[in-house]
Amino acid sequence: MSTDTAAPVTTASDAPARAREVLGVSRLTNTALTSWLHGLSGVDQVGAEARAASLGTRSIKTTSKAWAIDQAISMIDLTTLEGADTAGRVRGLAIRALTPDPSDLSTPRPAAVCVYGDMVGHARDVLGDSGVKVAAVATAFPSGRASLAVKLADVADAVSAGADEIDMVIDRGAFLSGDYLSVFDQIVAVKEACGDARLKVIMETGELVTYDNVRRASYLSMLAGGDFIKTSTGKVAPAATLPVTLIMLQAVRDWRGLTGQQVGVKPAGGIRTSKDAIKFLVTVHEVAGEDWLTNQWFRFGASSLLNDLILQRQKLATGAYSGADYIADDSPSLY
Amino acid sequence: MPTFEYAPAPESRSVVDLQSSYGLFINGEFVDSRGGTPFKTISPATEEVLAEVCEASAEDVDRAVAAARAAFGSWSSLSGADRGKYLFRIARIMQERAREFAVLESLDNGKPIKESRDVDVPIAAAHFFYHAGWADKLAYASLGQNPRPHGVVGQVIPWNFPLLMLAWKIAPALATGNTVVLKPAETTPLTALLFAQVCQQADLPPGVVNIITGAGPTGQALIAHQDVDKVAFTGSTAVGKAIARTIAGTRKKATLELGGKAANIVFDDAPVDQAVEGIVNGIFFNQGHVCCAGSRLLVQESIAQEVEDKLKARLATLRVGDPLDKNTDIGAINSAEQLERINTLVKVGEDEGATRWSPECELPANGFWFRPTVFTGVSQTHRIAQEEIFGPVLSVLTFRTPGEAVSKANNTPYGLSAGIWTEKGSRILWMADQLKAGVVWANTFNKFDPTSPFGGYKESGYGREGGRHGLSAYVTTGAAT
Amino acid sequence: MSTRTTQTRTTQTRKTPGKGTSPDRVDVRKTYKLYIGGAFPRSESGRSYEVYTTGRSPKFLANAAQGSRKDARDAVVAARKAQPGWAGATAYNRGQVLYRVAEVMESRRAQFVSEVRAAEGLTPTRAEATVSAAIDRWVWYAGWSDKYAQVLGGLNPVAGPFFNISAPEPTGVVAALAPQSSSLLGLVSVLAPIIVSGNTSVVLASQDRPVPAITLAEALATSDVPGGVVNLITGHTAEIAPWLASHRDVNAIDLTGAADVEGLTWGDLEATAATNLKRVLRPAGTTATATEPDFTTEPGLDRLEAFLETKTVWHPKGR
Repeated sequence: MSTDTAAPVTTASDAPARAREVLGVSRLTNTALTSWLHGLSGVDQVGAEARAASLGTRSIKTTSKAWAIDQAISMIDLTTLEGADTAGRVRGLAIRALTPDPSDLSTPRPAAVCVYGDMVGHARDVLGDSGVKVAAVATAFPSGRASLAVKLADVADAVSAGADEIDMVIDRGAFLSGDYLSVFDQIVAVKEACGDARLKVIMETGELVTYDNVRRASYLSMLAGGDFIKTSTGKVAPAATLPVTLIMLQAVRDWRGLTGQQVGVKPAGGIRTSKDAIKFLVTVHEVAGEDWLTNQWFRFGASSLLNDLILQRQKLATGAYSGADYIADDSPSLY
Repeated sequence: MPTFEYAPAPESRSVVDLQSSYGLFINGEFVDSRGGTPFKTISPATEEVLAEVCEASAEDVDRAVAAARAAFGSWSSLSGADRGKYLFRIARIMQERAREFAVLESLDNGKPIKESRDVDVPIAAAHFFYHAGWADKLAYASLGQNPRPHGVVGQVIPWNFPLLMLAWKIAPALATGNTVVLKPAETTPLTALLFAQVCQQADLPPGVVNIITGAGPTGQALIAHQDVDKVAFTGSTAVGKAIARTIAGTRKKATLELGGKAANIVFDDAPVDQAVEGIVNGIFFNQGHVCCAGSRLLVQESIAQEVEDKLKARLATLRVGDPLDKNTDIGAINSAEQLERINTLVKVGEDEGATRWSPECELPANGFWFRPTVFTGVSQTHRIAQEEIFGPVLSVLTFRTPGEAVSKANNTPYGLSAGIWTEKGSRILWMADQLKAGVVWANTFNKFDPTSPFGGYKESGYGREGGRHGLSAYVTTGAAT
Repeated sequence: MSTRTTQTRTTQTRKTPGKGTSPDRVDVRKTYKLYIGGAFPRSESGRSYEVYTTGRSPKFLANAAQGSRKDARDAVVAARKAQPGWAGATAYNRGQVLYRVAEVMESRRAQFVSEVRAAEGLTPTRAEATVSAAIDRWVWYAGWSDKYAQVLGGLNPVAGPFFNISAPEPTGVVAALAPQSSSLLGLVSVLAPIIVSGNTSVVLASQDRPVPAITLAEALATSDVPGGVVNLITGHTAEIAPWLASHRDVNAIDLTGAADVEGLTWGDLEATAATNLKRVLRPAGTTATATEPDFTTEPGLDRLEAFLETKTVWHPKGR
């Protein structure tokens, strides 16, 4: 793939036009998409995993660790996506986002609170114009098994309730059966329905299985106008692994080279410790580059990660190891 | 704009207990040299003196060989199972003291701690573990009838993988019932001397392993010693040829693992991001002090620019500096002499008209350092495409067809290793058949394993190390004479 | 190849020179030549040397071509040219080609017996046994062509997600000093293990007993062995061997025939061979003195292995 042309950044409605330009075709067909996606360079699993593992051995100490912890906190989409979610639970989470550590008010706030569409209003009420965004999962999350009309209604509902960001799921069935055009069209339609809301495209990489598929899905999502590409719903294992995120970071890096457009990356699900989060930041830093090291372009979809980051933050501040009793937590397990 | 600077993350030196001076390890004891001159071994990263060691004299070589000869009878008649148990012990002690070995190796050699910690030391221990299991199974190794040891083995190893090369040499020699006199390189003697302590802790019978320090003349005396039955050498092709001449007409056996100028061949259907990693690993692993380094990148013209761009972007993230920093990717050049050689050949490359490029990076004030360097626009007739530089210097050439790639790859007197990057399986197998190289890495590079035979074609030497094949160099077969 | 057809048509049974097949006929004698690249040239030097029978009263046998260093050089060029094709033939094919050599030798059996008898001074019975053993040796090695790789190679269970396999490959161009005494069985025992794996060869025939070697070359030329796979030079071993030992396009050298050659020290050849790190198969013996081995016993794999390189290939295993 050539990296020499930098097409202008486009808006959502331009996506099909830009796709035709990127692919060099006069009509966007599934055949054209297939040959483009299948023409992307392959991913060697062992090599990719070895690279990720090697990035995971970086040793981040003292000042750089403190910086990384604050950065990671600020990148969290603090998430609750349970059938048992209530208004109270969502309000609690939103309040937590405003004051992540009451014992240390210098603690940065997470980027967003991520909830189901019907909970958007409760989060919006708390967060107001605090700067912490409200993100909503939509499009028949997590399976995506509904008609396009239902998915679009889901999106419209969340947006009208005040969502700043929409986390959609792609149709994995269509992707795996080679119906890339359908996946593309759905993303375009959802993006249209988003209006000003930023669109994160969840690829559910655990169901795509191979890294070749992850790379193709990443390109397809970016081509269709996604503002972010996101690994997982959190409902399927494996979720956000480091190698998968590495592949996606390579994709957004190369996409910018190709089109001039910057796209964000959001690993979600399974990232629970500061140590893990720092590995992801190192990977962002060394693969995509510093431009992605802000919550504008990188997010963690997580719930318990915040607790561990605060625990480590307290350790750095006090010099002593901390414990759960010193972490104010409004989202303990139901069980 | 956010910045993510990595604070220094040095591995602690306190795990290493350095003595101010070391003797020679002969017959199970550290002894003073007789008539040998002391010399200093330094840290190439700081030029700090680490310890004083002794250049073994001809008399010392005699004593070491005599000790090995005296130990040979009982060692070779020990049951294979018991020999194996000593090797298992050694493997375990190396694992127990792994961090100590890693820090000492990085101090003495200049290689990054992440490599000594994750590659050199664990694979060295694995070599002992692997060969331990062979000791009582030689009859099943298809080596020929009645496999039995040669006797005393003289081994001379290089400075690029001091402990690992020691393991490659000593483990198969002991497993097959030989006794050993080993000389580590003059710039990197310390892990071999620490290994001598491991032999003591393992209660290895005295004389089975003898370690004598020194430079070229000590090595020559050992190789030429008339009571040495087999020699094993890893190092330069020039010295390898001299050894071959030295032992010509004797009945001494030899394995020679020598230089290389490997082609790393990238096709346009390669998994590009992994290929870039493979290129980096191929030439910048261990500062390029690797005989099988992928020092010639052959890239298909249709993706040459993309690969070059990605490679340069990747190289910009390499961290050059303190070998003991856990985030260091490229450590120090092993010696002033080697740095001089690299400088000379790089100057030649520039004079020949190739385009030189290096990423921006600060180099420490003291010690021996060289930036990762890429030459583009290199032709097969440039000296930098022919001569082994043995440093972090990559020459980039292009090709158009598989046949042209094979011709260029094979167009060298060396034949140690090669790399192939393509997603097309049949092309890999065709290429692997055509390449004149003892080790072919397809869609990977610089992988090593005790079970996997390693060694070259043509002027890269002869014999194999590792695996069942490596054992055959240490036994004689057929009817007893 | 036009020369081959004219020059390989020889009488089935060689008679003692000087005596015709019938009293009233003067027989047609053969000019003994070299065998290079599938053709039978004279030595470029124009030289020849007298060859005698072995026995109590040696008799003049022939004027053999006295090969030169330039003939050796040409032979190496022919061997190099033939090597990729021969190595690229399937193992099954090489096995059939070697078996075909045995068939052709069998059909010339009487000639070989007579020549081995004359060359080595053997009794008829022993000459018969020697020729039988030589023919059987081709059959033995023919069978190895598609088996040794399985015996000597295999998968290596590396500690990681990699497919890793080691397989033997031919070393390339191999020069061989054929045994001086055992002019046919020894020659075959040296030659067959070199070429069975896909090497090509330049062989210096027994200096004093070259006639069976020349007839073997004729057998090879009329069998299916491609031209250049075996190149045979007659002449003075001590004169030509150093040129082969120093030749940088020769990958390996078999010094078996260095035993009992006047003016030749195998250690010197080995030292010369270090020029390009040739693989050296030393002559038999346990001391500096070379001896000629007993070729009547089963050879084992050592000779075959001496001219093989182990190639190890790695590949990741991933989805």
